[in-house]
Amino acid sequence: MKALSKKRRHPLAAVALLLFGLLITGSLYTAAGNISEAKAAETTTASQADVEEGQKLFVANCATCHGMNAEGSDSGPSLIGVGAASVDFQVGTGRMPMQMQGPQAQVKPVQFDDEQISQLAAYVASLGAGPAIPDEEYLDTTQGDAAHGGTVFRVNCAMCHNAAAAGGALTRGKFAPTLTGVSEKHIYEAMATGPQNMPVFNDSNITPEEKRDVITFLKTIEANGSAGGAALGSLGPVAEGLFTWTAGLGIIIAFTIWLTSRPS
Amino acid sequence: MATNEYQASTATGRIANFVDSRVGASGIVKEFGRKIFPDHWSFMFGEVAMYTFVLLLLSGTFLTFFFDPSMAHVTYNGSYVPMKGIGMSTAMASTMEISFDVRGGLFMRQVHHWSALLFVASLSVHMLRVFFTGAFRRPRELNWVVGGVLLIMGLAAGFTGYSLPDDLLSGNGLRIIDGVMKALPIVGTYLSMFFFGGEFPGDTVIPRLYSLHIMIVPAIIILLIVIHLFMVVTHKHTQYPGPGRTNDNVVGFPVGPVYAAKAGGFFFIVFGIVALIAGLFQINPVWNYGPYDPSPVSAGTQPDWYIGFVDGALRLMPGVLGNFSFEWIIPFPWGDNTLVLSVLLPALVPAGALFAVMFAWPWIERWVTKDDREHHLLDRPRNAPFRTAMGVAGVIFYSVMWAAASSDLIATHFHVALNDVTYWLRALFFLGPILGFWLTRRICLSLQRKDREIVLHGREAGIIQMSPEGGFSEKHEEIDVYKRYLLTNYVDRQYIPAQPDAAGHVSGSEKRRAALSKFFFEDRVAPVTPSELEAAHASHGHHEVEGDKQDSITK
Repeated sequence: MKALSKKRRHPLAAVALLLFGLLITGSLYTAAGNISEAKAAETTTASQADVEEGQKLFVANCATCHGMNAEGSDSGPSLIGVGAASVDFQVGTGRMPMQMQGPQAQVKPVQFDDEQISQLAAYVASLGAGPAIPDEEYLDTTQGDAAHGGTVFRVNCAMCHNAAAAGGALTRGKFAPTLTGVSEKHIYEAMATGPQNMPVFNDSNITPEEKRDVITFLKTIEANGSAGGAALGSLGPVAEGLFTWTAGLGIIIAFTIWLTSRPS
Repeated sequence: MATNEYQASTATGRIANFVDSRVGASGIVKEFGRKIFPDHWSFMFGEVAMYTFVLLLLSGTFLTFFFDPSMAHVTYNGSYVPMKGIGMSTAMASTMEISFDVRGGLFMRQVHHWSALLFVASLSVHMLRVFFTGAFRRPRELNWVVGGVLLIMGLAAGFTGYSLPDDLLSGNGLRIIDGVMKALPIVGTYLSMFFFGGEFPGDTVIPRLYSLHIMIVPAIIILLIVIHLFMVVTHKHTQYPGPGRTNDNVVGFPVGPVYAAKAGGFFFIVFGIVALIAGLFQINPVWNYGPYDPSPVSAGTQPDWYIGFVDGALRLMPGVLGNFSFEWIIPFPWGDNTLVLSVLLPALVPAGALFAVMFAWPWIERWVTKDDREHHLLDRPRNAPFRTAMGVAGVIFYSVMWAAASSDLIATHFHVALNDVTYWLRALFFLGPILGFWLTRRICLSLQRKDREIVLHGREAGIIQMSPEGGFSEKHEEIDVYKRYLLTNYVDRQYIPAQPDAAGHVSGSEKRRAALSKFFFEDRVAPVTPSELEAAHASHGHHEVEGDKQDSITK
């Protein structure tokens, strides 16, 4: 110890300490990152043939914006490290290839079949580790807890997607879409990858089990329908007020005219 | 003496006579039974408001049987699965119970809520009708004020009721109230603490709102309705001008039996409409919003429509304008206090201004026009261009704020940027009323000119005639005297220049009145005078075709 305390005033001591600190932080971060991505790495089982086929599809359909090696360009972000889940979501919901540049990619008919999507996903996953397509286990709504999922949803998702998952507006023409009719897998992937303007909810933020609960909640309210009759778009008081002023007062005015009319 | 007393021959007659000889009901029935109501569809919105209020009382009483306004924490264990095992307040849990476990409970909740929306809507339309037809003029100014207070009480009833289920949506509404209170300097925090019984959300606000909602506010509303109706009976109903209708009579049906039957039937029609809507359309699904928790705010969080304009004003207000901040820090000896104008201005000023002008309008109009006569005949809106224009300006001012409350839904549903919606509405907030005033007045004046034209030259018959020379002209038909009466008989308001008082001095307020009078009445279309009519008839002669031909030659 005496030797160490003697050298603590050495000119390079501060540099050494800094390096030591950075090393510790870096290794802890890597370890933590590996933990949350451990599942990702395990489930990616794609053959080399798939990767090669995927690369061909990529070059033909995506490289214009994302670059020949998915390194990104002015028109599109780099795809290195976005993972297979990202590709499966963006291409699987028809958002990619993008129809046109805009505030955010819009849903349209899916352009590729399932095999092509998985080949594309395999290629992008081969470029760097990222969230993988989720296990069936985490998409099984029979194992989820809808009530807990509802709580997680209201705290994390409802501010953009609306409490009834009907969607909502964001700034400058961006928006959070409705979640009705979105498949379990795509909901999971969206949470894991944060597409468009959505934040990433990684596994230490919302655990895979909680993600399953959220999916269960969404599927439950979708299956339940609206208990009180036509939901008027689940848009809340605006739709209700509009209905009052148009249909409600409209019918009443029709009756008042009938009541005060007289044969002439 | 006893031998002279009337003896009824039937059992019903004897009971009626028994009651009448003790309480004198026949006098009241006579007075009310002979009250005349003119028939026009636009006169029935007040009735709609009253009937929806009755529905509110009926369905509300049902709801009080099951609702528990406590904010004590419970774990939900009812039959709605996506909420099982979640902690919530007793108020929310009992709302869930009413919705899912009480037979007919959800239907009654929906009847109550839909009636509330219709109640305020019909109140508003009724007030608009009264305003645009000038029914608030002497002797009805006070009843206009009573109506205005009724509207405010309607808003109070709505807001207190909206907050009761303690769901996420209504909790967010209360959070805004909390924010507005705290924006007041010095007293703000205390006010909020008193209201919520501690730090927001506390555990007392729901029971307090409940007392207001089921006792005080409805009691005030009932009292005001009684005063309102009493005044209607005293003043007699207004009517639209028409043949045989003067300022001194009322033409219509008596209450007994025709009008009572119609009105009674109309209650059931309104009841039926509300029941149909409540049965088919969902309203305020609290199970979607979940229990209140101060951390989440859902997208699409709006108040019910009648509070929307205040919410919209808040949404339109910028927090900073360039480098100018609306949040002021006022240094006091005991420390800094903040005055948050970006919240206080939009929350209090537009609504305050709107209601102030609304309440004062009968007196403003009387002051400007110097017209203190009794008016029982209504104006056609076009014949009071200044008032109609002011009304439209007010409606636009309100509607811009109202639309701003749904800016997010406008953005998503019309595929425009939320920011642009806000910028446009901000511009319209200032320009819309001005534009609306100007446009409405021009339209009214044009319509009046058209009326003049019809009176002087007749109605276009749609028949084209060819003269022997080959010229074409349209035949004009003279309108009948009833129609002419309608088009020529209206209150002709003129610009009255500033008048000196007894001492020959023109006061400042008189000058301001004259300026306003000039602004309102400088442009005006005078009604056709008998001499003008005669002159027009003389020039047309009896052969309208020839007259028209002459016209086309001379012009």
